[in-house]
Amino acid sequence: MKFPRLAAIAAVFAVSVTQANAEPIRIGEINSYTRLPAFTEPYKKGWQMALEEINAKGGVHGEKLEVISRDDAGKPGNAVKIAEELVKREKVALLTGTFFSHIGLAVSDYAKQNKVLFVAAEPLTDALIWSKGNDYTFRLRPSTYMQAAMLAAEAAKTDAVKWATVAPNYAYGKDAVAAFKQVLKKLKPSVEFVDEQWPALFKIDAGVTVRALEAAKPDGIYNVTFGPDLGAMVREGTVRGLYENRTVVSLLTGEPEYLEPLKGEAPKGWIVTGYPWYAIDTPEHNAFKAAYEKRWGETLKMGSLVGYNTMLSIAAVLEKAKSTDTDKMIAAMKGLKVATPQGEIVYRAADHQATMGSWVGRTDVVDGGGQMVDWRYIDGAEVLPTAEEAKAMRPTN
Amino acid sequence: MGFYFAQFLTGLASASSLFLVAAGLSIIFGVTRIVNFAHGSLFMLGAFIAYSISQQFGFWVAVPLAALSVGAIGWVMERTVLSRLYGAPELFQLVATFGLVLIVQDAALWIWGPTDLLGPRAPGLTGVVRIFDQPVPEYDLFLITVGFSVLGAIWWMFTRTRFGILVRAATEDREMLQALGVRPARLFQATFFIGAALAGLGGALEMPRQPVSLLMDLNIIAEAFVVVVIGGMGSVTGAFLAALLIAELNAFGILILPEITLVAAFAAMAVVLVIRPYGLLGKQATTAPHAVEIQPPQTLGEAGRLAAAVLVAALFVLPIIAGDFVIVLTADIMIFALFAAGLHFMMGTGGLVSFGHAAFFGIGAYAAALLVERAGIGMEAALILAPVAAAIGAAIIGWFAVRLSGVYLAMLTLAAAQILWSASVQWQDITGGDDGILGIWPAAWASGTTAYYYLTLALTTVGIVSLMMLASGRFGILLRAGRDAPARAQALGIDIKLRNWAAIVIAGSAAGLAGGIFAFSKGSVFPDTLAIPNSVDALVMVLLGGLHAPAGPILGASVFALLEDSLSRLPYWRALLGTAVVGIAVFAPGGIAGSLSGWLKRRRERSA
Repeated sequence: MKFPRLAAIAAVFAVSVTQANAEPIRIGEINSYTRLPAFTEPYKKGWQMALEEINAKGGVHGEKLEVISRDDAGKPGNAVKIAEELVKREKVALLTGTFFSHIGLAVSDYAKQNKVLFVAAEPLTDALIWSKGNDYTFRLRPSTYMQAAMLAAEAAKTDAVKWATVAPNYAYGKDAVAAFKQVLKKLKPSVEFVDEQWPALFKIDAGVTVRALEAAKPDGIYNVTFGPDLGAMVREGTVRGLYENRTVVSLLTGEPEYLEPLKGEAPKGWIVTGYPWYAIDTPEHNAFKAAYEKRWGETLKMGSLVGYNTMLSIAAVLEKAKSTDTDKMIAAMKGLKVATPQGEIVYRAADHQATMGSWVGRTDVVDGGGQMVDWRYIDGAEVLPTAEEAKAMRPTN
Repeated sequence: MGFYFAQFLTGLASASSLFLVAAGLSIIFGVTRIVNFAHGSLFMLGAFIAYSISQQFGFWVAVPLAALSVGAIGWVMERTVLSRLYGAPELFQLVATFGLVLIVQDAALWIWGPTDLLGPRAPGLTGVVRIFDQPVPEYDLFLITVGFSVLGAIWWMFTRTRFGILVRAATEDREMLQALGVRPARLFQATFFIGAALAGLGGALEMPRQPVSLLMDLNIIAEAFVVVVIGGMGSVTGAFLAALLIAELNAFGILILPEITLVAAFAAMAVVLVIRPYGLLGKQATTAPHAVEIQPPQTLGEAGRLAAAVLVAALFVLPIIAGDFVIVLTADIMIFALFAAGLHFMMGTGGLVSFGHAAFFGIGAYAAALLVERAGIGMEAALILAPVAAAIGAAIIGWFAVRLSGVYLAMLTLAAAQILWSASVQWQDITGGDDGILGIWPAAWASGTTAYYYLTLALTTVGIVSLMMLASGRFGILLRAGRDAPARAQALGIDIKLRNWAAIVIAGSAAGLAGGIFAFSKGSVFPDTLAIPNSVDALVMVLLGGLHAPAGPILGASVFALLEDSLSRLPYWRALLGTAVVGIAVFAPGGIAGSLSGWLKRRRERSA
């Protein structure tokens, strides 16, 4: 009798020792915290909350998660240097984060070269998973193409035939306009694009831009400007009557990061993609919303959800892979299902894009602030190309 | 017709708000010779302060109060930081104001939070007036009125008041004014107050036009520089004309070629500087540099050579003792040291200041990346051709630049860098635009952290040693002659312009080599290699290290990279970095190397 008991005690002791000694699983996180705090701070709060919840439940397979988070100051060269440090000195199991598309691409290329898993959280560029996709990179947030395609589908349902576009003059703006044109022309061949405006990012001269759009006399306007440019476009356009009797379709404008600062001057009746956190009424989302407000004392932003889903995805892949070996994690990422506050999302095996969707609706002013109304959730899978089409867009190597 | 008139008015409104900022910058430069990088920060503070006040007291109270508060902030900046730097080399002040930019950024983030703030519209001016049946916002007409009024007020002040006459005298000849018994300190304080208040007013008046955001400072500063340079530095009327030119060029340019917005202002600046080297209304006299003391030659002494040898030896054995990340960081420092050494050669030995040195770094990086991606050549050839491409670029830019001097030369290099930067962003088919060029990794034999480290060590050592030899040799001596005593050098038959041109080409190829090495070490190239912050980083490294010390760039690059790396792990690290930069500028005006050698010299004298 004595022996087995001793063995049992020894076994328990051994287990507790290994648990006490068990290093937490380290995750390397990089983002542009000082360059664009308006978008990256809610994101950070999102993943921090998810991390706390995961660790409170005992972590993954009994191991706690630890995130080492660093600021790249908006410089891709810095981001690669930090990635190097996180991988080589901090021995992280995988990399995550990034907001700017070019920084996402730089880290993705580093991940490919150094055979590290990279779960890209926020960058929107299509190149990340298609033309410059690689085995090591997966992306959560719905891409430029997905969101533009959702809006083009709505735009095709309106009467507008003559369209003008306004987008910031860099890769994201160019991609967003190209995708919108492509999808809208396919759905409604009679449309015509009569003007394009390309203001410099965050340096828009809104008055003259509005007048140039007005001069083209379009039926519909497709807007890609965001942040301070958007506020200026709304003010200068409204005072000059640009949006009267016109269909306006606007990318990301329904996200609280962009819509909330406009307060009572938020445009009415624009067709937008965004995040109506105040009106989503599902048990999962209600729980998420309550927990976030309790933890941080502020309301949700798009970034909060993206950050939260990112950390959930990482926990899910570690859970499924049962290992921090890169190949095993990549195998687990393919087809990984994650239960999120917005429902289940799947990381597609074909192009490594998650099927996280977006909400499409119209803007309105409710209680003195901008909100989305008449919205519906569009699953990312509905607008993504088929697995074969997606595969054909990726480099073969 | 009506349409074009209304478009003209819209452009005029933008010109007014640009003018307010540029006028302050121009006055400050005219009197104190300070190129105030923090002027955009004052503009941003004006908008934030006006927002806060307007929440309590409304728009019309907020605007003047914000202007006065920002004037007071400008005054404090002058008193606490810049007034200590009037004796230092001019560019130290530039670096100090760059430190202030970082501090104000974090202060604004801490006080007002990260979210954009939409201020109130101007009560009573929210409608439109129909002119030739075109809607023109009342607020635009108001802004136009303010612009003309400020221009008139400044004209009155400069021509009708004693203060204004003194300011003009200081702009023309500061030393003479001092000799006549005018205390410049008071004049400088008042100038800073007025200049800052104008920036604050400009920021406050932007409130109804755009949300107040943390991006306002850096967005306005480049454009304000352009306006001041086109107008002629120190000339307020010139600034007004230039603001008008830029704003109308934009207003009508986008009707024809919408993509032009990114590059129009800088292209205009380059054209104006080539045709009228001192701006529309600028005078050469106002920009002539102060008499430079003849500086001792930059040569390493016995001890310096020994130290250099020890340093190279230490770097050679580093991979044996240090971990991978230390090696990566050290390789980064070596690349930046080479980049800074080229600039140091041009600035320290040649007296040629560049605000756009990133242009050459970026040309090198893009040339290497494009050669690998498009032409399919190997890393070795790409690393040879990167400095060649940068040298060609430098020869073209330098050909125009050497006809200018001082701040104008610096501004032309800035314009060139900005034009290249917009090309890299815009020309998506070739450069990949913002998405950059990926997959530029070293050849098999040089891949891996340690192997590439040794390649970097070899190339940067050769580059830096060559620059040092050039600086201390015959070429450097002739270059210094052109810098310190141009008239005498010319009389001796030295072709100064040719030497200066050669110096720019040499500095450019060093930066190009650094850019090429950088591209392979990061595996990718993006437009930010060509952007203003990269140029500023190089300037900060040179000046931190010491403008007139041979080891300056190495020390400067090391300190800057280590500071950035260690501080960026902390919250509000930019304010800390800014404080460090300002502190070094104030307390070690010879740079780190200059202070060290001064200290060593004093010690030796004491012991002797």
